[in-house]
Amino acid sequence: MIDLQLLALLLIPLFGSGMLAVFGSRPWAAELNSLMSGCTFVASVVLAMRVIDSGPQVAFNEQFFIDQFNVFLVALTAFVAFTTSLFSRPYMRIEQHHGKLSVSMLHLYYSMYQLFTFTMLVALTTNNMGILWVAMEAATLTTVLLVSLYRTPASLEAAWKYFILCGVGIALALFGTILLYFAAERVLGEGGTALLWTHLNQVKGELEPTVLKLAFIFLLVGYGTKIGLVPLHSWLPDAHAEGPTPVSAVLSGLLLNVALCAVMRSKVLVDGSLGTHFAGNLMMGFGLLSVVVAALFLSRQKDIKRMFAYSSIEHMGLITFAFGMGGPVATFAAMLHMTVHSLTKSAIFFAVGHAVQKAGTQQMENIRGLLQVSPTVGWGLALGTFAILGMPPFGVFASEFLIITTAMHEYPWTTPVLLIALGIAFASIFGKMQPIVFGETTVKPLPHPPALIPVFVHLLLVLMLGLYMPPYLADWYRQAAALLG
Amino acid sequence: MMLTPEQTLAVVFQITQLLLVVLAAPLLSGWVSQCQAWLQNRSGAGVLQPYRVLHKLFHKDAVMAHNASWLFRITPYIVFGCMWLAAAIIPIIAVDLPFSQAADVIALVGVFALARMFIALAAMDIGTSFGTLGARREMLVSFLAEPALLMVLFTASMISHSTQLPRIVEALAHHQFVLYPSLAFAALAFVIVLLAENARVPVDNPSTHLELTMIHEAMILEYSARHLALIEWASSLKLFAYISIGIALFLPHGIAEVGNWPVLPLAIGLLMLKLMAAGAGLAVLETLMAKMRIFRAPEFLGTAFLLAVLGLLIHFLLGA
Amino acid sequence: MTQVPFTLQFINLLAALLLLIVFAMLAQRRILSLINLFALQGFVLALSTFVVAYTTRQHHLYYSAALTLLLKVLVLPLLLHRLIRRLNVRWDVETLINIPTTMLVGIALVIFAFNLAAPISQLAQGITRGLIGIALASVLLSLLMMLTRRKAISQVVAFLSLENGLFFAATSATQGMPLVVELGIALDVLVATFIFGIFFFQIRETFDSLDISHMEKLKDD
Repeated sequence: MIDLQLLALLLIPLFGSGMLAVFGSRPWAAELNSLMSGCTFVASVVLAMRVIDSGPQVAFNEQFFIDQFNVFLVALTAFVAFTTSLFSRPYMRIEQHHGKLSVSMLHLYYSMYQLFTFTMLVALTTNNMGILWVAMEAATLTTVLLVSLYRTPASLEAAWKYFILCGVGIALALFGTILLYFAAERVLGEGGTALLWTHLNQVKGELEPTVLKLAFIFLLVGYGTKIGLVPLHSWLPDAHAEGPTPVSAVLSGLLLNVALCAVMRSKVLVDGSLGTHFAGNLMMGFGLLSVVVAALFLSRQKDIKRMFAYSSIEHMGLITFAFGMGGPVATFAAMLHMTVHSLTKSAIFFAVGHAVQKAGTQQMENIRGLLQVSPTVGWGLALGTFAILGMPPFGVFASEFLIITTAMHEYPWTTPVLLIALGIAFASIFGKMQPIVFGETTVKPLPHPPALIPVFVHLLLVLMLGLYMPPYLADWYRQAAALLG
Repeated sequence: MMLTPEQTLAVVFQITQLLLVVLAAPLLSGWVSQCQAWLQNRSGAGVLQPYRVLHKLFHKDAVMAHNASWLFRITPYIVFGCMWLAAAIIPIIAVDLPFSQAADVIALVGVFALARMFIALAAMDIGTSFGTLGARREMLVSFLAEPALLMVLFTASMISHSTQLPRIVEALAHHQFVLYPSLAFAALAFVIVLLAENARVPVDNPSTHLELTMIHEAMILEYSARHLALIEWASSLKLFAYISIGIALFLPHGIAEVGNWPVLPLAIGLLMLKLMAAGAGLAVLETLMAKMRIFRAPEFLGTAFLLAVLGLLIHFLLGA
Repeated sequence: MTQVPFTLQFINLLAALLLLIVFAMLAQRRILSLINLFALQGFVLALSTFVVAYTTRQHHLYYSAALTLLLKVLVLPLLLHRLIRRLNVRWDVETLINIPTTMLVGIALVIFAFNLAAPISQLAQGITRGLIGIALASVLLSLLMMLTRRKAISQVVAFLSLENGLFFAATSATQGMPLVVELGIALDVLVATFIFGIFFFQIRETFDSLDISHMEKLKDD
């Protein structure tokens, strides 16, 4: 039964990709894309229900493994992928109307979009650390052509940087995986089981600590490149700024999470094996550095998408930091923050996408007074900004509050650093967004109605998570946090 | 002091080698030139040409510059002596010879350096511009080649745990055949050093007197007659010594033991074959490569150093 | 000295050769030679995989060796050759930053890698001793190559050579990852090369050159 549900989850996007590879240039391709993403979302919900009911499961000869932690990410991924596909329908039409995209580019976009969803879902659900690597690499490969979709010099440069940096990063992760296998085959013997996470998790106490240490450094550096941890982040702002907005939304909201999930899987093994906090400390260090550096860079940004890309680095740093601290509360907070960040950041990118289309530029100084022309886009952007800055009623506030109070308790010296960095980030983003939303307008109306339902649905969810967390959801997070330790 | 029969035999071996090298060295040079001639589709002057040249030079009257000092005069003898000594102590036909106690690889490098120092000083002694230019270039090349050579020798001595050439030869020749990746690297590096140190093609060209490119020839322009003959002879000896070191380090198989008379002819035969092969190989290399600009030489020799260091590192890592 | 089996000596030799080839690539100025060296590297890799397969009697490693031979010795170099012919950059000479300096940095990297791998080498039983160090060294050297290259194609060759180093670690040092993983890796590499190919054309169309120094505009000012 679980096999079937998982199969549905994975095959729908794969099938969708095939369909769109054939029909991608038809006028109804956008609808087909949304339909496929919708079906994937339904399948993910079914799977999540199942896992919440009956606990962690393995499927397909132990090659796949689903527990509360990754099924939560699966559901989140499928949901954001679905809403993004809804958003991209009108967004891409407007881009086409503006002459920035041709039909063949859209064809590529739709087919790659589904394939990208597929690779992320495989990366999340696989039990095999080797397949995890393959899926992560495939996720890079499917998105790299999307980043350069506009074929402008800047987008090509961004895609090249993305490709090279993530390619190198992911290669280092492969080396880490090889080292992991090297350590594991001495315990588990040769053959298939030595890379299976569930088996590794059982014998983690016997694995050779020196090898695992080295392996984790490589895995963290490798997958950390994809998370966008400083100093390996330089591809991220470029790719986000130059790619089409739906791609920025899924990169920021989803791919970073998936990479983080890979790091978490490794961390559980390594810290379990070493019996120390080695991996956690490394993650905390990288996370803290990312938060600080990203906050400092935020104030210098002129391009609106670039600025929010840096904000993503900041938040991913915060989540990595929280996961690094470990313990039930911090892990809970980190997962909550993952959720709200994904939802908020994709909502912001949706709104930003339309704002940029209205203004015809990504330079913030030329986008002014959104509220006058289009109150919905303006309010969407304003509320999203409030949310991502951690203003109280929104969920981001709750998770950041939890993270900081835990840090205050466990590692008091980090608290001022975090608070100052968050303060700087707040000041820079808030200062820049104010004239964009309010004031005299410079923007034009759009040829097609913008897609704002996804924006408000996301923000509503974030608001809900901030005000009231349904007990079953909290319970689910708690179970997942317990798994990660 | 009475010598035991074994020791007598060893002395006989040593004397044989002493004479053999000094007589055979020009032959090797001639062989290399002849091979080159064949490769370039020329008929060549024959392998005995160096002897004829030496004979001619010895029968000429020496001409000296007015301001030549004693240094200039004694240099050919010192250089010749150094090279003869070097070539004589390298174990090429038998392992335990009386002189081979002195055949420490680092001492060998020192002997070569001594000869080089004298020849460079003599070149500057006259005060002509060519001499100084050649000396400076020679020093540049050797400054780069020497570390590489030392690294090569260290790699070899790491394997045999000794810097004594006879011990190295023994360790390699009398053990079961083992593949040493580190030695392969060292051998490549050694070939480069050999080319540079003996003024062969990619670094220098022994057969031209083009002022833009020459190194070794520029230093000995002022020499004539018997002095020049000695220096030429020393050059052949140096080439012989280098090739012998190469053989001793990388291909010592088949070397004779002291007191093993019957093997001696076989060892000598094998040595001849190895020398011929090495000479032919050298000729091929020289024919295939083009002379490089002097400023590229550091890069070329840097490669040698790199290879030697890699060999050493690989020895540490793989233990082989 | 304990006598090690001949096959292991042979693998050690191949490992050393692999390292040498990476150094040669690092110093190579001509793109064409770079690609040929890459093919040679693939061949050495296939050979060592084959020897490991023979020694350990793991049949799936034969497939890996065959796959390496097919992909990295034939398909990818041919693709790259076609590419440079089509792009007309066959005889391009690349100005590198000071080769001796690069080499010295390379040696430092090798020492670093060997040091890093030393504790692991001691753990490894028999056949794999030291090979992880060499694999790590070639990975790091390929990274260095990526940093020092200015042309897009050379960067890609560096990337592929990096992948080769990893593959060597996977097959020779750990005696083979599960086949499904190796297949996945091979597929990824192949797709990556295709995408690189697409990129070359896009880059050249846009910038009129494959020199990536044109692509340094995106910066945080």
